[in-house]
Amino acid sequence: MNDILLFTVLTLGLLGTVLAVILYFVAQKFKVIEDPKIDLVEDVLPKANCGGCGFPGCRSFAEVSVKSADEKRNLEGLNCPVGGNDVMKQVADILGLEVEEQEPLIAVIRCNGSHANAPSKVLYDGPASCSFAHNLFAGEGGCQFGCLGLGDCVVSCDFDAIHMNPETGLPEVNDKCIACGACVKACPRAIIELRHKGKKDRRIFVSCVNKEKGGPAKKNCSVACIGCSKCQQVCPFDAIIMANNLAYIDFEKCKLCRKCVEVCPTDAIHEINFPLRKAKAETDQTAEKKERAVKEVAATVSDAISPSVNESDTENKA
Amino acid sequence: MNKLRTFTIGGVHPKENKLSEQSSITVLPLPKQLVIPLGQNLGAPPKPVVKKGDEVKTGQLLARAEAFISANIHSPASGKIAKIDEAMDASGYKRQAIIIDVTGDEWVEGIETSTSLNKEISLSKQEIISRIKECGLVGLGGATFPTHVKMMIPEGKIAEYLIINGVECEPYLTSDHRLMLEKGDEMLVGIQIMMKALGTEKAIIGIENNKPDAIAHLKKLAVNYNGISIQPLKVKYPQGGEKQLIKAVVNREVPSGKLPIEVGCVVSNVGTAFAVYEAVQKNKPLIERVVTVTGTSLSKPSNFLVRVGTPVSDLIAAAGGLPEDTGKLINGGPMMGKAVSSPDIPIVKGSSGILLIKKVESKRSTPQSCIRCSKCTVVCPMGLEPYLLAKLSKLSVYDKAEKERIMDCIECGSCQFTCPSSLPLLDFLRLGKQRVGHLIRTRK
Repeated sequence: MNDILLFTVLTLGLLGTVLAVILYFVAQKFKVIEDPKIDLVEDVLPKANCGGCGFPGCRSFAEVSVKSADEKRNLEGLNCPVGGNDVMKQVADILGLEVEEQEPLIAVIRCNGSHANAPSKVLYDGPASCSFAHNLFAGEGGCQFGCLGLGDCVVSCDFDAIHMNPETGLPEVNDKCIACGACVKACPRAIIELRHKGKKDRRIFVSCVNKEKGGPAKKNCSVACIGCSKCQQVCPFDAIIMANNLAYIDFEKCKLCRKCVEVCPTDAIHEINFPLRKAKAETDQTAEKKERAVKEVAATVSDAISPSVNESDTENKA
Repeated sequence: MNKLRTFTIGGVHPKENKLSEQSSITVLPLPKQLVIPLGQNLGAPPKPVVKKGDEVKTGQLLARAEAFISANIHSPASGKIAKIDEAMDASGYKRQAIIIDVTGDEWVEGIETSTSLNKEISLSKQEIISRIKECGLVGLGGATFPTHVKMMIPEGKIAEYLIINGVECEPYLTSDHRLMLEKGDEMLVGIQIMMKALGTEKAIIGIENNKPDAIAHLKKLAVNYNGISIQPLKVKYPQGGEKQLIKAVVNREVPSGKLPIEVGCVVSNVGTAFAVYEAVQKNKPLIERVVTVTGTSLSKPSNFLVRVGTPVSDLIAAAGGLPEDTGKLINGGPMMGKAVSSPDIPIVKGSSGILLIKKVESKRSTPQSCIRCSKCTVVCPMGLEPYLLAKLSKLSVYDKAEKERIMDCIECGSCQFTCPSSLPLLDFLRLGKQRVGHLIRTRK
């Protein structure tokens, strides 16, 4: 009995030792020398693997950061949008570098062609995929630039930050957005843009991407940008660019003065998270604008959609 | 009796519904305004040579083809150019178009408008091709590939057979059928002209067996023409597909990604043959075509000879008006056609039919899960696996889809037609094809 035990222990022990020695030499032979800083950097990254930095996963971002630090002594062009300035500062500390503070960004939906503003002329009953519908036809409302409302952006979001509002038929971005840019790539009509989050989350943008002339644009959608240039004329900071019958507000130059919002004849310029204006000459139009501003604040704060609707939505897509 | 020929892999049998079979081709009066989109052919759109305010005559050149794969566009009526602007096409997108206010129908000199038959082929091979190019001919089967490009055989290749597509396998459509019955002689002369241009001895017209009158009529006429024979075919969709037709008629298989000339064949539609006759013998550019307007709820399903640029709503009005219970308006046949968003779109060179579908019939059934029955694989005429390709394209795995030969898909819709779970297979295949095509182009 004892012999058997002894024999077993000895054999296994010997086998283990021999294999361990072999493994040791093999490991020495095929050792990959990796900068330990890569692991350190990866540790502070959010590990969302979203690809928002432009690299496939957090590990690649860590590798590229360390390489850039070794070769160029800077972190130019590298930014983790999920972690934001805090994480980038930690990364810079590990690598012994300084990093410039970046203004945080957020995804903005530049279309307001809701069911009310751009009534459906035809019904679409094909597969719920914007990229397919984009190839097939101009859209239910008739605007060939506007949102198709089939939710490719919602599917693309890894952060639960974008949802369809069943009332308007448009997607809405909430506070969870970290500007990874997945929805920007998913949208076949380039409606979504990453813009500065702005002071106190306030931002102003043209909520339209229609490049048609005023008449045809207005025919399909009551809140289309008609390219009248009124906003450009009133802007004191030269922040508004007119091109292809469409106004665009440069968020680097915009000082959020809200003058353009007032003059826009079609309410195509949106202000978000601003306090209500003081009651000046209370016309019907300004009252209406106020109401909309309130609604928008509510929409951006709340999650806008009930989970049940969301579930059935994904079921349809599966 | 010998077994009728057909292609071997796959195929489906949709209900034929040839409602307008007996209605002869009627000429539709000119509308007040014509909208002529520039992008009517496969390839690059031609460049306009007229400007706003110009007076044009019927048959006058409006836009000249500058690229190799492109086709000229001529004025379908006489009138004044109202503007060159964006106009809605079948998909609802705005595209460049020439809009003409019609004043009458005064033809350009040099075009013969009489209907007398001219059998004498006086032009040489090169002259025929340049005449076809000048007249802006495109394939009228639907793909709108410029005909003159097809007629130029690449060096080292020989066209053994000219195969004429008289199959008309799409349900409902009857424009080719009527054309074969009413313009048989002209068509056969057109085929002889094409044979001369290609240097081919043999031409075979493939006709499905559900058109016995057309088969009998053409068989009788073909006796007078050298080298033209008629091949009756078993009824099966999509026999009108180029590769399927070659397989059915001469039993040859076109390799993946290659053109029919690889196996010594050139395929052309009967409509194109008639257009070739008109272009070469009468110098008449392609400004009109036969269009079927049909639908179960329509009071008078008919075949019209219409000028390019006529709004679809005019055709529907002439066929008895838009029925109230119309749910879908389809440009083309029920299998491959696409629903359009408005009846105001113009007829183009590639429109073969307008189909009205009732509201109750137009709804898609709710897609269920794939039950792995493999019916789609069985019916696919190209031997593909549609369920897999649709899934790959849905999940954006385009490299794998390319390996699985997604580009061979002819978009016939047999898979979606047969799917018991009503999955949108064709829709995702189309999306995948578009994406993979884009990837291939960017790789070059």
